[in-house]
Amino acid sequence: MLDKEGIAKRIAKEIKDGYYVNLGIGIPTLVANYIPHNIDVVLQSENGMLGMGPFPFEGEEDADIINAGKQTITMLPGAAIFDSAMSFGMIRAKKVNLTILGAMEVSENGDIASWKIPGKMVKGMGGAMDLVASAENIIVAMQHQNKHGESKLLPKCLLPLTGINCVKKIVTELAVFDVLPEGGFKLLERAPGVSIEQIKNATGGKLIIEGDVPEMIL
Amino acid sequence: MNKVVKDADEAIYDIEDGMTLMLGGFGLCGLPENCISALVRKGVKDLTCISNNAGVDDFGIGLMLKKRQVKKMVASYVGENAEFERQLLSGEMEVELIPQGTLATRCMAAGYGMPAIFTPAGIGTEVAIGKEIRNFNGKDYLMEMAFEADFALVKAWKGDTMGNLVFRATARNFNPVMAMAGKVTIAEVEELVQPGELDPDHIHTPGIYVHRIFQGTDYEKRIENKTHRKKK
Repeated sequence: MLDKEGIAKRIAKEIKDGYYVNLGIGIPTLVANYIPHNIDVVLQSENGMLGMGPFPFEGEEDADIINAGKQTITMLPGAAIFDSAMSFGMIRAKKVNLTILGAMEVSENGDIASWKIPGKMVKGMGGAMDLVASAENIIVAMQHQNKHGESKLLPKCLLPLTGINCVKKIVTELAVFDVLPEGGFKLLERAPGVSIEQIKNATGGKLIIEGDVPEMIL
Repeated sequence: MNKVVKDADEAIYDIEDGMTLMLGGFGLCGLPENCISALVRKGVKDLTCISNNAGVDDFGIGLMLKKRQVKKMVASYVGENAEFERQLLSGEMEVELIPQGTLATRCMAAGYGMPAIFTPAGIGTEVAIGKEIRNFNGKDYLMEMAFEADFALVKAWKGDTMGNLVFRATARNFNPVMAMAGKVTIAEVEELVQPGELDPDHIHTPGIYVHRIFQGTDYEKRIENKTHRKKK
């Protein structure tokens, strides 16, 4: 089973040379720590930056330089700043190659719910609805089950949707799945030490298992 | 073309109860701090505020929420404010949550003189309820209307007396698009300079969009999530 860092590490393997990547809040933010040094990747932050760097050293924080999670960050050489309309313009125009975000639920046809629990939690969708509506390559990073032990991979989302038919891949602490265009979670890899049985028991939606499913290599 | 006013109180003198305001900023970054303080002092109420976030309990728009000055909030993300969540769940305040890109682009449309935009954000979700959907090249898009705001309040790094503005780093965010969208736009700046001191090639918002400008004071520039890495 993977911890959060493990999920981030596995997702980092999906990032290819030359990609512009948008990382969401939470586990996706950790992915930046595991991008291989031998590839060229530019991180986009939807509050208006390309070329996001690591956190600043203590005492060097600048209130004017933050990421979409409102964390203080740095700008790498070659960074560019733009306004919020242009930021979502480049997202809508599919200039960003990969979007990695968290979710509360994903359905077997690729719908995602991530922004609201009616009557309990209203935080808002932020940029997630824009990202999932336009991005062609969306990976969800999340825990396999919620804190009540219920699967977050479902036949149909129960919570209000963020977007429809959009999630292409899911990485959880248990496994990696492709979300198939015709519907279904296709099991690609198992996390170290996790059995097919465990994954079956933890998954609510249609699970597709073909042949031997390898253990992931981190 | 001198647009300079003395301070925030003079700049907002004609903002009245019930008006619609745009406020620049992302989180606590690039907020029109002086204008917000002046609005709290003036005590105007029943305001509709269009801003990406609603501040935190004791900073930004949170200060106006505490005084119950906001009737309706239009935002994309409001997760950092307990008082906001309380007023929302109790029904004291109306809120319209809209996708961040839609928020920015509806401002942009207003500044570009376009009545509406088409965006895929929100298709298949509750955001789409009651809105016109058009299909272009096999994909559905929502029609979203340009915003109408009585005032836009923005914060820039530098500005000249003619209203030309330059923003700094990610404090730019919504400020330029909101500056373009207000019927009256008020800009507060960290450094007010004379015409000619800003390189025309480096101006982000041309002064034609700005009606009033003033030298701001006492910027707190609070950091919401101070994060750092260890020195090796």
